[in-house]
Amino acid sequence: MTTTKREKSLIVIQLSGGNDYLNTVIPYSEGKYYDYRSTVNIPQNKVIPIDDHYGFNPSMGPVKSLWDEGKVAIINGIGYQNPNRSHFRSMDIWHTAEPDSIGKEGWLGRAIRDIDPQGENVLTGINFGRGLPRALACPGVSVASVGDLDTYGLFPDVQDEELRMFTLEAFSKMYGGAAGRDPVMELLGQTGQDALQGADILRTAPAMYSSSVEYAPDSLAQNVKSISQVFHANVGARVLYTQHGPFDTHAGELISHAKLWDEVAGSVGCLMDDLKEHGTENDASILIFSEFGRRIQDNGSGSDHGSGGVAFMIGGAVNGGTYGEYPSLAEAEQIEGDLRSNNDFRSVYTGILEDWLGLDAAPIVNGQFEKFDLFKS
Amino acid sequence: MISNDTALMAHLLRRAGFGANRDELESYLEIGYDGAVEALLNPSDPGNMPDDLIRRYHVDQSELRDLPGSSAYWMYRMISTSCPMEEKIALFWHGLFATGYSKLNQARSQLNQVEMFRRSGLGSFEDLLVELSKDPAMIVWLDNNENHGASINENYGRELLELFSMGIGNYSEDDIKGCARAFTGWTLGNAEYMSVRAAKDSIWPYGRIAWHFDYREEDHDDGEKTFLGETGRFNGEDIIAIIVKQEATARFVATRLFQFFAADEITEAGEKTIEAMMATYFSSGYQIRDMLRTLFHSDYFKSEEARFARVKGPVEMVVGAIRMAGNYQDPYLGIEGVANTMFYMGQGLLRPPTVEGWHEGAEWIDSGALVERVNFVAKELSNVSSPGVRSIIERLEAGADQGVLQPSELADGCLDLLGPIQVSEETRSVLVEYASRHGDLDLNGHQPGDQAEQRVGDILRLVAATREYQLA
Repeated sequence: MTTTKREKSLIVIQLSGGNDYLNTVIPYSEGKYYDYRSTVNIPQNKVIPIDDHYGFNPSMGPVKSLWDEGKVAIINGIGYQNPNRSHFRSMDIWHTAEPDSIGKEGWLGRAIRDIDPQGENVLTGINFGRGLPRALACPGVSVASVGDLDTYGLFPDVQDEELRMFTLEAFSKMYGGAAGRDPVMELLGQTGQDALQGADILRTAPAMYSSSVEYAPDSLAQNVKSISQVFHANVGARVLYTQHGPFDTHAGELISHAKLWDEVAGSVGCLMDDLKEHGTENDASILIFSEFGRRIQDNGSGSDHGSGGVAFMIGGAVNGGTYGEYPSLAEAEQIEGDLRSNNDFRSVYTGILEDWLGLDAAPIVNGQFEKFDLFKS
Repeated sequence: MISNDTALMAHLLRRAGFGANRDELESYLEIGYDGAVEALLNPSDPGNMPDDLIRRYHVDQSELRDLPGSSAYWMYRMISTSCPMEEKIALFWHGLFATGYSKLNQARSQLNQVEMFRRSGLGSFEDLLVELSKDPAMIVWLDNNENHGASINENYGRELLELFSMGIGNYSEDDIKGCARAFTGWTLGNAEYMSVRAAKDSIWPYGRIAWHFDYREEDHDDGEKTFLGETGRFNGEDIIAIIVKQEATARFVATRLFQFFAADEITEAGEKTIEAMMATYFSSGYQIRDMLRTLFHSDYFKSEEARFARVKGPVEMVVGAIRMAGNYQDPYLGIEGVANTMFYMGQGLLRPPTVEGWHEGAEWIDSGALVERVNFVAKELSNVSSPGVRSIIERLEAGADQGVLQPSELADGCLDLLGPIQVSEETRSVLVEYASRHGDLDLNGHQPGDQAEQRVGDILRLVAATREYQLA
């Protein structure tokens, strides 16, 4: 790619397992919060206030700093009608942008197809972690899935580097040979070449990168570091995806949720510092989401599956602030003991696709949705 | 060097099973091709890994409600069975009548469905559809518990016709309504409560659920229905009896079986085979076993054209490699991770992406999936401490002149013992060149894991990474 102006990239951090909204952006001025959350609450004096009513979880210090710089958009009460409390189904809904029937294609898979319709760049979309999240899956769209950037590619278990190179060379010859007229053999050959090419490019990324930022050793921080390395290697990666968890805090929530948010906030803080250091702060935006929020009433040790959650959009180009209403805790407003979402997740997708990635959102998210003004123009 | 009989038997076992190591191949060769077809189509005692042994290692495989343990449990079956066709046909129906964990949150009900496929999957298609319509996992998956006499829900009625029997274009919207009405009242015990619990993800922390079929006469629409030109006060069984006698159904079932057990693409000769399977469908009273017998005995199936004419699905890929390497014959604590590998390749057991099942054939191949496929199989087959790989080394030594193999003998020997696998001249020449790296291989006095053995492992790794190995 020879563009002088860098294309905008989207970084997604998926919080798997159902992040507890009430203990992430805390309605600390409301008595009802402490009534419902008699055990699993964040005491007022621990909350990091962002205004007189709401505040961040004490583990979210780095996010608060970014909030103060106007780089954090909080999207309140995000979800969809008729909430489903199954992790798998709800995550599928978020991934396919299809709440009613069972969707086939991932929203970001479609976005990648629109960005690169001919599939010219095998690295337009990259997942960091093993296996492809449904969000990135779309027939005909090549997406690399990088478990470990340092060993990414074929035959990672071959320790002897000379043997590995020799084997890769043989692989390249076997997949590069004429396939005759067999279309499947041809497809295999092309795909094998793509995989090698992607791996070759990706393997150079860590060497091209230097930074004074030190990421923590946890798995999310390491994946986010890989994201930064690949993003800064200028290989045309437009969608970079990873996930973290488990946020399924049915028991022992206060301890595990704090640790998870330490890791998420720490990783995001490092990434933003890293972008700043490289002068790319306005070229990447980070979406953080989870498949659902959790039950309003705690269960004495944790909280059960609920509905209505919170998403964040973070970046130098993001219009910081809160979007949408925080759902009411009043009993009449609840659905089966859960928060009632009032912002469709597809409106956020629409904003990202149109205003950040410059794509036509409606065919990707299966309809027209009013969007928030999440990005500086 | 490789006999036609051996190559044909290996072909049969890749299709009616998960491939075979040389010991298995030889025991099938003793009973001959016809005997092997009968043995495969008439499963006896599979000799599974015993449940009590599994439970000693895997607490979650006692209850079998969660996804990871349950998919691993099925994988243990596939790895350890001596009746591979039983698992293969279950996998076939699991892909066709695709029921997913995402909506059920109840893997036990899915494993019960899989057990039903093992039990009835080779019998009459009519009986199978009746069992399917009574299967609790299917009822919840396609909302037949919401299909009431007073207000129908067409989901199951529609998919039964479109995805499970005739295919689109062979019935009208009115037929769908008639079909849905006939299945009103086909629900599960305590349906309302169970569906709420499923939607709320009852795995945790709400306690146990067991699902069973329940027919509610008071919720059944007993009125007159018109379905595919016939009129009567049809119930579900009557509808199925009409479905199974349609030519479209015969074609649908024969085609799907053909594509799973013979070839992804249907050539002219393939089309003739499908027609022969359709004829068997009717003459045998809709027996799947007989249709497959027709297929396996067809000239087409035995011809070169049908060899390696399918892209291996991820489950076949993983299970085949594990069986070849002889690994995981005892419980292993990381087994969920191994089962997850199939998901990383695009085919998680018990979690088909949609009711349409998986898109098979060439659609299995994308760069992420190919990397996973090659890496898994290459690692599995290059490990010289695995029993199956040790046996390959022993056989290579036994077949070598004075225990020494020339590079071409080493490459050909590995291709033979992992299949036999047919490869292009170019692939073979790369393998031979690779094998030449350290000259002739002297296996005299080889010791477990020594350099000589590792050289065999290196060739096996590369064979496992060939384009040809991606095909079944």
